[in-house]
Amino acid sequence: MSKSDDRSLGNIKSKPSPTVASNKDLPSISPKQGETGSIASPPKPSSDNTSVQLKSEKADLPQFEKGIIDSLVSKYGDSVKIIYVRPLRIKIEVPSKDIVEIARHIRDESGFDHAESVSATDYPKTGDIEVIYHLGSYTRDDLSSHILSLSTRTDRNNARLPSLIGIFKSVEYHERESFEMVGVYFDNHPRNDRFLLPEDWADIPPLRKEFRIKGR
Amino acid sequence: MSDQEERISETTRLGLEIVKEAEEDRLMTLSVGPQHPGSGHFRFTVKVDGDYIVDCDPDPGYVHRGEEKMCEYRNFIQNIPHLERPVIHDSSNITYSYSLAVEELVKIDVPRRAQFIRAIASELNRQIYTLYWLAIYGIFLGHSTMFMWPTGDRELIIDLMEALTGARVTHAYNIPGGVRNDIPYGFKDRCLRQVTNFEKRLKEYEDIFYNNPLLRQRTEGVAILTKEDAIKLGVTGSVLRASGIPYDIRKAEPYDIYDEIDFNVQYLKTCDSFARAYVPLLDMRESCHIIRQLLDKMPESGEVRAKLQPNPKGPPGEAYRRVESGRGALGYYIVSDGTPKPYRVKISVGSFRNLLALPHLLVGSKLGDMPSVYWSLNYWPVEADR
Repeated sequence: MSKSDDRSLGNIKSKPSPTVASNKDLPSISPKQGETGSIASPPKPSSDNTSVQLKSEKADLPQFEKGIIDSLVSKYGDSVKIIYVRPLRIKIEVPSKDIVEIARHIRDESGFDHAESVSATDYPKTGDIEVIYHLGSYTRDDLSSHILSLSTRTDRNNARLPSLIGIFKSVEYHERESFEMVGVYFDNHPRNDRFLLPEDWADIPPLRKEFRIKGR
Repeated sequence: MSDQEERISETTRLGLEIVKEAEEDRLMTLSVGPQHPGSGHFRFTVKVDGDYIVDCDPDPGYVHRGEEKMCEYRNFIQNIPHLERPVIHDSSNITYSYSLAVEELVKIDVPRRAQFIRAIASELNRQIYTLYWLAIYGIFLGHSTMFMWPTGDRELIIDLMEALTGARVTHAYNIPGGVRNDIPYGFKDRCLRQVTNFEKRLKEYEDIFYNNPLLRQRTEGVAILTKEDAIKLGVTGSVLRASGIPYDIRKAEPYDIYDEIDFNVQYLKTCDSFARAYVPLLDMRESCHIIRQLLDKMPESGEVRAKLQPNPKGPPGEAYRRVESGRGALGYYIVSDGTPKPYRVKISVGSFRNLLALPHLLVGSKLGDMPSVYWSLNYWPVEADR
């Protein structure tokens, strides 16, 4: 066919992007609360000591990675807590009230344009849930191998966080999954409802630590 | 007085009731799957207005097995056989990034020869997956030859993998620290012969299927996913590369020995349904090229597996590692609390990420294009559900 020759010529046809019908039903379900500690389960040791402050080793930090977050740290100061800086991997922790603003800064200034994954982890020992956004970049070649982990914490008895869907559209299904699996309610997310679990699921979110698989 | 006003006044004069056609009366809701022969274990509902799809709501989860929860009950080694269940056709890749993440946590060095064998296994496995996908794509578009040929050729590569690993599809071959066993005698020649044969077949695929005018007419210019939208939706793998972004984890973040291999990232800039179907074929061709180099550069002898403690564990920490699978980037986020069992495992799979593009592409396109658009997304329901 005649079109076969200009396959690789780069004529990106633009299409009026159809509006994704998503805003139709706003969240009506109340956030899944963690069951109060009635279920006896041995609390696992929290991996809170992963968040080792590397302040003393700052001289050894990879320079390029450090440069990425320098503008963040200089702008937001103490609210950005650097958890670790390793080659190709950076992790920062921010308070939940600032996360939308900081995420916007990361997208517009630092060049990370999409979320690869959103993971929520339950820490019963410290009584909170950590939500990590693994952000990557398609547009900037020098960042293509880097992952910026943007994490925030929320109280596990009232797990509620602002959604980043307005900043990174790619978090939509991941946040919805985190809602049903760990029970974190995302404000401003169009649909905090069932996704992977059965519609008649009537138990606590299964990735909470007090949820035990039967017989194990 | 306009035509409409005239009609209204006439109706009022006759004392008739004016019934306005509601939007809901025009729309029809169709449920696709999970029993639909082509949808896989996946259901989505579409609303059609005449021929055009105006709304699409994916409903995954029919094969959700709770892999992430199961990981918390087993130690790092025991997790391997069940982690490959989401994509048994691509089992070497889905355990590859898991092994990489565990190696980072437990701090294991992988022997050089093992890195080559791993890469060969994962390249062969990616071809097995892509052939399976191509077969379904072909039959779904009514091209039964394209179902028979890849299914038959896939069997030859499966035989090769069986010789290598001992199992046809669920290999459990990649383990933290290397691979389970060394390559068998004569594997290198057999593999080379197979790759040469396979390259010839790829040419025939192109002639009979990709240059078929019917396929071209059904897919070219259909369901455009622009570069900007692809970035915004965060799609990955062949869907991303068909939208003009040359992004491949093997190139962007080379793992093991991929930085020593010379290859090109295959991508197209037409952004349409055809490009998304064509990029996997280009990938398979490039993969043959990679396998040749791997076989050539592989050390003749050496360890294939690092010595491990009986119940390996590392200091508390976390790792996020990813590889390029048949459906794009496949990442594992593993948190370890210092015990032999992972504290939290999150699998970020390409299918789940590409699912976001499905409503985006289907809304506004014709119902008749639905099969080709759906399968062009390289979506594997079982993997997305985990």
